[in-house]
Amino acid sequence: MSQTNPQQIEYNLKVVRQFTVMTIVWGIIGMALGVWIAAQLIWPELNFDTPWLTYSRLRPLHTNAVIFAFGTSALMGTSFYIVQKTCRTKLFSDKLASFVFWSWQTIIVLAVITLPMGLTSSKEYAELEWPIDILIALSWIAYVIVFFGTLVKRNTSHIYVANWFYGAFIIVIAVLHIVNSMAMPVSFTKSYSVYAGAVDAMVQWWYGHNAVGFLLTAGFLGMMYYFVPKQAERPVYSYRLSVVHFWALIGLYIWAGPHHLHYTALPDWTQSLGMVMSVILFVPSWGGMINGIMTLSGAWHKLKTDPILRFLIVSLSFYGMSTFEGPMMSIKSVNALSHYTDWTIGHVHSGALGWVAMITIGAMYYLIPRLWGQTQIHSVRWINIHFWLHTIGVVLYIVALWISGVMQGLMWRAVNADDGTLTYSFVESVSESYPFWFIRFVGGLFIVAGMILMAVNAYRTIKAGKPTTETIDVAPREAAAQSA
Amino acid sequence: MSSFWSAWIIVLTLAFLVFIIWLLRWNMTNFTGIKEGELMDHEYDGIVEINNPLPRWWMILFWVTIVWGFIYLALFPGLGNFKGLLGWSSSNQEVLSIAESKAATEANREAGLIVQYDREVKAADDEFGPLFAALSQRPIEELAKDPEATEIGQRLFLQNCAQCHGSNAMGGKGFPNLTDSDWLYGGSPEHIKKTLLDGRNGVMTPFGNQFNDQQISELATYVLSLSGRKVDPELAAAGQKNFAVCSACHGADGKGNQQLGAPNLTDNIWLYGGSQETIEETIRNGRNGVMPAWKDILGEDKIHVISAYVYGLSND
Repeated sequence: MSQTNPQQIEYNLKVVRQFTVMTIVWGIIGMALGVWIAAQLIWPELNFDTPWLTYSRLRPLHTNAVIFAFGTSALMGTSFYIVQKTCRTKLFSDKLASFVFWSWQTIIVLAVITLPMGLTSSKEYAELEWPIDILIALSWIAYVIVFFGTLVKRNTSHIYVANWFYGAFIIVIAVLHIVNSMAMPVSFTKSYSVYAGAVDAMVQWWYGHNAVGFLLTAGFLGMMYYFVPKQAERPVYSYRLSVVHFWALIGLYIWAGPHHLHYTALPDWTQSLGMVMSVILFVPSWGGMINGIMTLSGAWHKLKTDPILRFLIVSLSFYGMSTFEGPMMSIKSVNALSHYTDWTIGHVHSGALGWVAMITIGAMYYLIPRLWGQTQIHSVRWINIHFWLHTIGVVLYIVALWISGVMQGLMWRAVNADDGTLTYSFVESVSESYPFWFIRFVGGLFIVAGMILMAVNAYRTIKAGKPTTETIDVAPREAAAQSA
Repeated sequence: MSSFWSAWIIVLTLAFLVFIIWLLRWNMTNFTGIKEGELMDHEYDGIVEINNPLPRWWMILFWVTIVWGFIYLALFPGLGNFKGLLGWSSSNQEVLSIAESKAATEANREAGLIVQYDREVKAADDEFGPLFAALSQRPIEELAKDPEATEIGQRLFLQNCAQCHGSNAMGGKGFPNLTDSDWLYGGSPEHIKKTLLDGRNGVMTPFGNQFNDQQISELATYVLSLSGRKVDPELAAAGQKNFAVCSACHGADGKGNQQLGAPNLTDNIWLYGGSQETIEETIRNGRNGVMPAWKDILGEDKIHVISAYVYGLSND
């Protein structure tokens, strides 16, 4: 048997460290941009009459920076870490993994340059022009090869559930990106979508909603399935729940895009189908929350002393809240009130800042000491302060936008009983929104302050330590041993 | 949609929902070979999983939403070409013109189909139509002095006109100010109402091919001199020689022509801006101003009320 002749393997932690550092850097940049444009809504002169500092150009830069720079760097880094640890093997190819890192960072730098220049395909969350789109496809294909190549050469009999979610996220994002970005170039910096009219809108929101479903949900559920049981040191609550909620979640999400186009030129049947699947999606979404939170059974007392675990568990609460709110907003009669209002932006941020950012921050605090040969982060107290800054910031943000969103929806539909004319003009709803936009701006300041504290904490920890080398002895898989 | 694609959608949707049902039922049984509540027989980097059953309340919620989904798809359009048992639709989605839309509305009403948009519009017309019909019987000059009528007119203006003319009706570049007494097409109640009903298209011909830069600059200088601005008299005199071309629309004295919508150039009121550069740009490239026709959108009665509001802005 192979146990008598174990192989020694050294994990590739270098690429994980690179992604970890960039996650924090891009997190600060992306969120600070968000605070800036939130301030521009209140004080428009903050664009300094400069075209490339206007809201219209910085807003796509903010969304690209938080989703594709902060979020995706976090997913790439943690997936490379988790796939190695849970498959007891090193990455499929160190060179290719390094290519994924450097090409992805190049793409983001190109976004930082081209979006303020006003170069855009005008598709939301897919604004980057065609040469960058091609680079994204190449980088992503390399990511697919490294991740699945590592799964193939694993030294465990089964594949852990975290890797199912990462795998689904990686494959689906490749398909979505390539299909939605199909365009006819007219110059090096301009192209036009190959789709037209309602079809273009449908392809765009099939992409857009599944970027939420697979990147911001499935990917981060992968992260959750590793860091929650590790930090809580408890077994995962239910294996069968993970089976059913995984397949139902990835199956249902694909249909949900049309709910972004209710009461538009999209055919009625498409709208209804998107709505039905979105509502059913609520239940498997909660499957993930239940499995994460119930993993804490018997370890609830740890929440009192462990701020990392608090980040992870509160992120699951926000996840549960957002995935209840989302299906509710997909119902046509609710959507008729919520659509085009701040409610949508509040909903997105309860997912993005509550769920995505908090689970990532928890994972980063878990990883940083382990990647730089430390047993403890520089200051646990600072993690606790960060937790409260972030939580207060998110609550201020989403509550403010709930109120302004519902207020806008009600003002837009208010009708004079005497003559049937609308009670308010659009601009009246804008001027009523200012106080809430100010609260949102303050919430954003809290969040960025927390992120900066995290960066200092990480810097101190990294400076005190040195890069970890981690080796394991593995018995090659039985099947491999037999064929050998 | 062809019957092939309709069938494609129906089969795919139903097969997917059946898969979800199978998935749920399969995981309701303990297929793992491990006793419930005990650990699964695999471990990853120290992580183990318990073979707990699905939470009961969660499972019931899942069944409820699936059953609801089938009911919804039976009642409403969703399964390809199947229109749903209620015969509901949001609007006449396949029409290509206002005429087709009106015909479709009639046809659906006779067939007893629920077209939500048509129903809401009809309900509003039934309720508020008589009010506007009564208002439209009164002369615009009289309505303009009636505070209630002008408030209604103002609200209609804010929702339909303010996007271009501004909330205060003072216009913007390319969009006329409605609060002064300078009118491109005439400021009588009849003229205003006609502008709203049928729209206007104000075309200034481009002269970039006919005149060189020097001539355009001279022309612009002359145009500026018409409204009493201080200019180089020699340049203005040179420009005047070519003004004959402009006078075809703007008149020999530059006072404009409301028949054509040609602006008065002597009053120092500028639709596109009154700087030397902007006027040169106007002469060189021309202008194309569009006021949409509102007759089919708002109906004549509401336009009557808005006309009174607009008339009142400069005729207090």
